[in-house]
Amino acid sequence: MEVLKKLLRICFEHLEDSFDALFGAKWNPFYQLGALGWFYYWIVVVSGLYLYIFFDTGVSQAYKSLEYLTHEQWYAGGIMRSLHRYASDALVVMMMVHLLREFAMDRFRSSRWFAWFTGIPMLWLVFTAGISGYWMVWDQLAQYIAITTAEFLDAVPIFGEAIARNFLTDAKLSGRFFTLMVFMHIAIPLILLFVMWIHIQRHATPKVNPPKELAIATLSMLLILSFIKPALSQAPADLSIVPTTVNLDWFYMPIYPIMNNVSGLTVWIALIGATLLLMMVPWMPPGKRAEVAVVHLDNCNGCSRCAADCPFSAIDMEPRSDGSAYKMEAVVDASHCVSCGICVGSCPTATPFRTKSELSPGIELPEDKIKILRNKTISASRNLTGTDRVIVYGCDNSLNPVEVSDTSVGVVTMPCIGMLPPSFIDFVLSKKLADGVFLTGCREGDCSYRLGIKWTDARLAGQRDPRIRKRVNQDRIGKYWAGMTRRKEFFKELTTFRLRLNKLDSAQLEDQNKINKSSEKVDA
Amino acid sequence: MLRFSQLLGQIVSFILFGLMLGYFSNSPSYTYHDSEMALIMVSFSHASERKEECRKFTQEELNTLAPNMRRPMDCPRERVPLYVDVMLDGENLLSKSYNPTGLAKDGSASIYERISVKPGEHQLIVKLRDSGREEGYDYESDTVINIEPKEIFVIDFRKDLGGFYFQ
Repeated sequence: MEVLKKLLRICFEHLEDSFDALFGAKWNPFYQLGALGWFYYWIVVVSGLYLYIFFDTGVSQAYKSLEYLTHEQWYAGGIMRSLHRYASDALVVMMMVHLLREFAMDRFRSSRWFAWFTGIPMLWLVFTAGISGYWMVWDQLAQYIAITTAEFLDAVPIFGEAIARNFLTDAKLSGRFFTLMVFMHIAIPLILLFVMWIHIQRHATPKVNPPKELAIATLSMLLILSFIKPALSQAPADLSIVPTTVNLDWFYMPIYPIMNNVSGLTVWIALIGATLLLMMVPWMPPGKRAEVAVVHLDNCNGCSRCAADCPFSAIDMEPRSDGSAYKMEAVVDASHCVSCGICVGSCPTATPFRTKSELSPGIELPEDKIKILRNKTISASRNLTGTDRVIVYGCDNSLNPVEVSDTSVGVVTMPCIGMLPPSFIDFVLSKKLADGVFLTGCREGDCSYRLGIKWTDARLAGQRDPRIRKRVNQDRIGKYWAGMTRRKEFFKELTTFRLRLNKLDSAQLEDQNKINKSSEKVDA
Repeated sequence: MLRFSQLLGQIVSFILFGLMLGYFSNSPSYTYHDSEMALIMVSFSHASERKEECRKFTQEELNTLAPNMRRPMDCPRERVPLYVDVMLDGENLLSKSYNPTGLAKDGSASIYERISVKPGEHQLIVKLRDSGREEGYDYESDTVINIEPKEIFVIDFRKDLGGFYFQ
C-alpha cells in the first residue's frame, strides 16, 4: 500500500505543479476538491428544485414533463436539467479525485480518520441519489436501470417476491412508484448534506466554498456545456420491448455492465467488501501515532492563540483549573490533535530567548519540544562559515532539505513549518547564528496540516499573532514552499537568497566603511 | 496579472474537463441486449404444496404437548421446491428447481429468468411441478408464439387463473 501511495503522490504532485503554473496556488482546483464538491452539490440542489416544480410523477407523464422541460422550455428547464446532470457528474469526479488524493497524501491517519471514515458512506449516497434521478426520467435508460437495479436488489434473499417483477409489463407499474422515487431522490441528498456536514466537523475553518473566480469559471463551463450539449432523454420506456443499446452515464453507472454479467450476490459482496476495506484504511496498518500536544499551565496565560490557529479544532479554551489569575486555559482534545505543532508556533511563550527559566512554552509537542528545536538551531549554526550563512527550517512532509547542509547552510526540520515561532527567526539573526533564515515546507495552498503555511505567511507579514518583531530585517528572511517535487526550484531559490545575503553584507560593509571614514575626518 | 499563456491554459483545462463530462455522461453506448434477438421472461411467484400432509395428532402425542400448544392437526410448514421446465421448439431452455423462501422454507418460491431467443414463430412448452411427486408435472402449457426482435414475452403463472398465462 505504501508503494502505491507514494506513486500516487508523485503523480498528483507533478500534475498539481502544472496546475499551479496555470492557475496559481489560490485557484488550483486540486487544492479545492472538497470545496468544489460542495459547490457542485449546491448547483445540483438549485437546479433540482427548479426541475421538481415541473416534474410529473405519473407513469407516462414523467417522461412527457421532462420532454417539455427539455424542448419547450429549453432556455430555462433544459439548461437546468443539463446543469443538474453535469454538476452531478462533476461532483462524482471531485469526490473520487478527493478520495484518491487524500489517500495519496496520507491524510487519513491520526484524528483525520474521522473525515475519511465519514467520507466513505457518501459514495453510496451520491451514487444512489444519482441513479434514482436517472430512474425518474423513465426512458429506455431508466428502464434498463430499473431492471438491472431490481435484479441486483433481488440477489439479496430478503424480499419475498422479486422486485424486478414490478417491471414486467406497463400494467404492473404504478405512478406511486415515481412518487417513491421522487421521495428517495430528495431524501438521499438531504441525508448526504447531513453527512457532508459531519464530514467537516473536525476541521477548523473548513473550505466549503471555492474561490469566487474558480466558482464562476466552473459554473460558466457547465453552462456552456449545457448549451452546447443539452442533457436529453432516450426513447421512452416500454416494458414490452427490451432496451438494447443504452447510453450510460459512466460517472454513475460503470458498475452496471458488471451487474449484467456477474451474479448479483458477487457484486454485493465485492461492493460491501470494498466499502469496509476503504473504511478500515486509516488503521491498515495502524502506524505510529505521534504524541499529542500538551499544555503547561505554568506558562499558559490563556491567550487563546493556539485555539484560534489549530486547524483541527483540537484546542478548547476552558475556565482556569489551577487557581491562576488568568481566566482561561487551553485544553487539548487528544482525539482531534494530529501533532502538527501549529499551536506551538502560535504560543507567545515559545520563545528561544528565554534563558532565566527553562524553555517550556504554554503548549508543545512532547516528541518535538521547543527546547530541542532551539538546541537543534544552535547546533546547526555552530560550524557555519562565510557571509551567507543560512539556517533552513523545513517540514517533515515536504522535501528533505538536509542534503543542502554544507559549511554555510544548517538545516532544522519539524512536523510542520507552522510550528516555528517567529521569534526563532529573530533569535537566529540577532544572536548572529546565521546571516539569513530560509523557510520551506509543503506547497502553497496545500499544507499537509491545512493551515501551517497560511499562518506562517501571516505571522511573517505581521498580520497574525505572534508577529515577527519589527527589528528583524525582512531581507534576511527567505522562503520557498517546495513540497516534494520542486527540488530544483528550491535549490535555485536558496542560491538566490544566499547571493542576496552576500550583497546585503557587502552593502553593510560599505556603509560601515563610510561611517568609519566620516568618523576619521571628524577626528582629524 | 494573468499572463496570456496562463489564461489560455486555464481555458484549455476547463474545456478538457467539460469535454470529459459531456462525453462520459452518455458515451460510449452499452449494448445490453442484442437487437436481433427477442426475450422470454419467466417470472412468477408461487407457493408450492407442503412437503408433508397435515395429519391428526394422536392422543399420546397431544398428551406430550403443553396444554396451550395442543391442536388437533399437525401441519409441517415446509414446502417442496418448484420445478420449472421451458422448451422452445423441442429445445430445453430452462430446467431448474426453486426453493421456497423463508427461514422455515414455507414461503412462495420466486422465479425470475431472462432467456434470449431468436425472433419468429416458435412452439413453447412450459411445465411446472409444485407437489412432492417424483415424475411428471402439475401444470403444463403448450402454445405457439410469434415474437419480434427486442420483444419481451412474459411467462407468468397464477394458480387462481388456472395456471400459466402469457403476456
